[in-house]
Amino acid sequence: MRLIPNFKGFDFFPHNTRLPFMRYKGLCFGLSVLAMVISLAIIAVKGFNYGVDFKGGSLIEVQSTTGAADVHQLRDKLNKLGVGAVQIQGFGGPSDVLIRVEQQPGGEAEQQAALKKVQEALGTQYTQRRVEVVGPAVSSELRMTGFIAVAAGLLAIVAYVWFRFEWQFALGAIVALTHDVLVTAGIFSLFQLEFDLSIVAALLTILGYSVNDTVVVSDRIRENLRKFKRMELNELLNVSINETLSRTILTGCTALAVLIALYAFGGEVIRNFNLAMLLGVVIGTYSSIFIAAPLLGYLGVRRDWSGASVARSGKSEVAPAAQRVNAASK
Amino acid sequence: MHFTPIKQAAVLLTCLFGLLMVVPNFFSKETLAHWPSWVPTRQLNLGLDLRGGAHLLLSMETNEVRKDWLDTVRDDARRRLREAKIGVTGLGVANNAVQVRLAKPEDADAALKELRGMVQPVGNLLVGSGGGDLEVKKGDGGLLTITPTEPGIQQRIGNAIGAAIETVRRRVDSLGTAEAQIVREGRDRILVQVPGLQDTAGLKELIGKTARLTFHEVNRDVSATEARQTRVPPGFKLYESGVRDEGALVLRETPVVRGDELVDAQPAFDSRTNEPVISFRFNNSGARKFGNFTKDHVNLPFAIVLDDKVISAPVIREPILGGSGQISGNFTVETAHQLAIQLRSGALPAKLTIVEERTVGPSLGADSIEAGKLAGIVGGIATIGLTVLVYGTFGIFACVGLVVHGLLTVALMTLAGSALTLPGIAGLVLGIAMAVDANVLIYERIREELRAGKSPIAGIDAGFTRAFVTIADSQLTTLACAFVMFWLGAGPIRGFAVTLTIGILTSIFASVTVVRLLIYYWLRSNRGLRRGAEVPV
Repeated sequence: MRLIPNFKGFDFFPHNTRLPFMRYKGLCFGLSVLAMVISLAIIAVKGFNYGVDFKGGSLIEVQSTTGAADVHQLRDKLNKLGVGAVQIQGFGGPSDVLIRVEQQPGGEAEQQAALKKVQEALGTQYTQRRVEVVGPAVSSELRMTGFIAVAAGLLAIVAYVWFRFEWQFALGAIVALTHDVLVTAGIFSLFQLEFDLSIVAALLTILGYSVNDTVVVSDRIRENLRKFKRMELNELLNVSINETLSRTILTGCTALAVLIALYAFGGEVIRNFNLAMLLGVVIGTYSSIFIAAPLLGYLGVRRDWSGASVARSGKSEVAPAAQRVNAASK
Repeated sequence: MHFTPIKQAAVLLTCLFGLLMVVPNFFSKETLAHWPSWVPTRQLNLGLDLRGGAHLLLSMETNEVRKDWLDTVRDDARRRLREAKIGVTGLGVANNAVQVRLAKPEDADAALKELRGMVQPVGNLLVGSGGGDLEVKKGDGGLLTITPTEPGIQQRIGNAIGAAIETVRRRVDSLGTAEAQIVREGRDRILVQVPGLQDTAGLKELIGKTARLTFHEVNRDVSATEARQTRVPPGFKLYESGVRDEGALVLRETPVVRGDELVDAQPAFDSRTNEPVISFRFNNSGARKFGNFTKDHVNLPFAIVLDDKVISAPVIREPILGGSGQISGNFTVETAHQLAIQLRSGALPAKLTIVEERTVGPSLGADSIEAGKLAGIVGGIATIGLTVLVYGTFGIFACVGLVVHGLLTVALMTLAGSALTLPGIAGLVLGIAMAVDANVLIYERIREELRAGKSPIAGIDAGFTRAFVTIADSQLTTLACAFVMFWLGAGPIRGFAVTLTIGILTSIFASVTVVRLLIYYWLRSNRGLRRGAEVPV
């Protein structure tokens, strides 16, 4: 180990900061709830721009063999085929085009028939780089599983947090996570970004990342609850957030650096996925600090964490309610 | 902070194992073939989205399976009652059941006993018998109904799917592509994955047809037009024509011979007209049935029916006793070739419809790999740069841990045989972020403990111990999420979940144990470290 010189890292973060996060908890909490309500409203009004996975129909990515693709000519040609509205858009380079054929009325066989028509019309001028056809049965199943996956992911996480901490922590986590999912989905709805199966994967990953953040803060809160038995709860929460702040920012920065690299160089196919992840990391970090922890301030939490060991020795059961500090009422 | 020599060896050997498993990925398949057999030569599987290929999800028309079974039950019931000399006035399929009307209601008990002999037990060795596959009930006035039970239908569908998978495999193999994966999905679906295949049109044509070939006797008394206006005689059925020049025909419903008695079918050319035909050969029992039939029907027409459509109705010139013949049916060279493959591979038990198709061309796959590599390199440099900048010498240790993490993740994926997909690459990246997070948690904690005045060794030790609780908690919650994704997820979500899970599991070893070992070595080589001395973090 002598090979590597000893040098200290650049400790960029000022220590013993006491940023008063909890002072503005009411404001942050209110804004977050507002953001959730607005997201819900946007989703209700605008809906999602579902991709082929959820809407059914066909998607063909083609590359022109003769230089730049003539989108107008292609649009004219394909819209005359009688397969409903055909959407055509550029995709990445000038010779790349994405063709979307809407779901055909009828059944599964009609989707294939429409695809065949479009493929024949494309001829040899375009190479087909990707073809996706999802029939009505599969698309409705995928919509259902997508929804269930997010809900089940949420529940699995909450069950774990409940098991490891107290119900107040679990409640904080569920509100924070719901916020993350709703706001990310709301942004996708607002800008009508394509919402497909990979976005569901992104939402699940955001859940994972955000709860990771929440757990780190919660862990520190639990530790400080044992350490500072007499500290006022809001103050204690604030200390905990500040103590973990350097970690929160550093991990967030690394994750962002990697995600930005993926977004910029990872290719067109997973661009939306990466965008969702980028949004999620920012929103997830925010929610652990400004939603999950403040909620504990409102809910109050059992202060006597030595109770567990007392209970083991059989002296007393659960800490009495009088011992709970309800900070919200103070 | 102590490692016994055994522990050190275990950690180092694990890292070496990861390295050995990853090495084959940097060589071509040809080079690997020359390696000695004890060296690992397995390479990481690439998903269809990265290497290119076709993915088709087929759904079976289970109603056809049900209908076929009812037809068989009906024929069986008729035969049994005839052999038992019980007269019937009506016997047919109605309301998803076979209904039998007896000539004499007093025969009901005898008939019931006879028909109950058809019932087969359902179930397998493990579960045991779950009742019969049919239910025979007595109604009023000599009416008997034979209804398939739900377990019976499930079993029939299961068998049909199994048979269909075999048939599809034979047809796909005829395209000359290796490594095709054909598996059952859910209750009535089949997933076909053919890596490297570009022309999906041919594949779809091949598996899109049931290819059920039957040879029927033609009814000479009733023409198709008459049959349309009046009634088709019992036991006969009107078959539409599948070829333009041929008219519809009234044929006996039970065929003389079926396609499953064929032993061979080849595309050929007719020696006189030179048009494409299919020459075929029956097995012994098929040849005997066909021979007997043609002997009795010289100078009369018979019909060749494909998927319930008449494709040709030649006149029998002389008895065909050798069991071979040819079918002409306005084929092109292409369709004759295709039909020959379909006939050789056997008929599908029921029609398969494509409910999902995902095809990726090889050029897009290669582009995605390149993009993934570039993003990985840029992201990796950014991560390493940031870590070394913030944590100094210990940051370098963390980066070594990251490399081990990457090696082990790829090694485990190779070992598990799970394919790397595009979302999987994203999962890998997230795994790296999780691994970095573990180190950040540890190092921040060490700094905190040192600031609180602990000695270097005590501070480092406390940092690892305290941070580990948090790391375990945060990784386990993400793991819970990954399990849900795997359990519920379809296609891309599942690939992502697998890499994420493997990434989390290896990150605990790589970022905690490996880094800890490196710091242990560092401590040993800096024995002079006194209380208050600088810890390079």
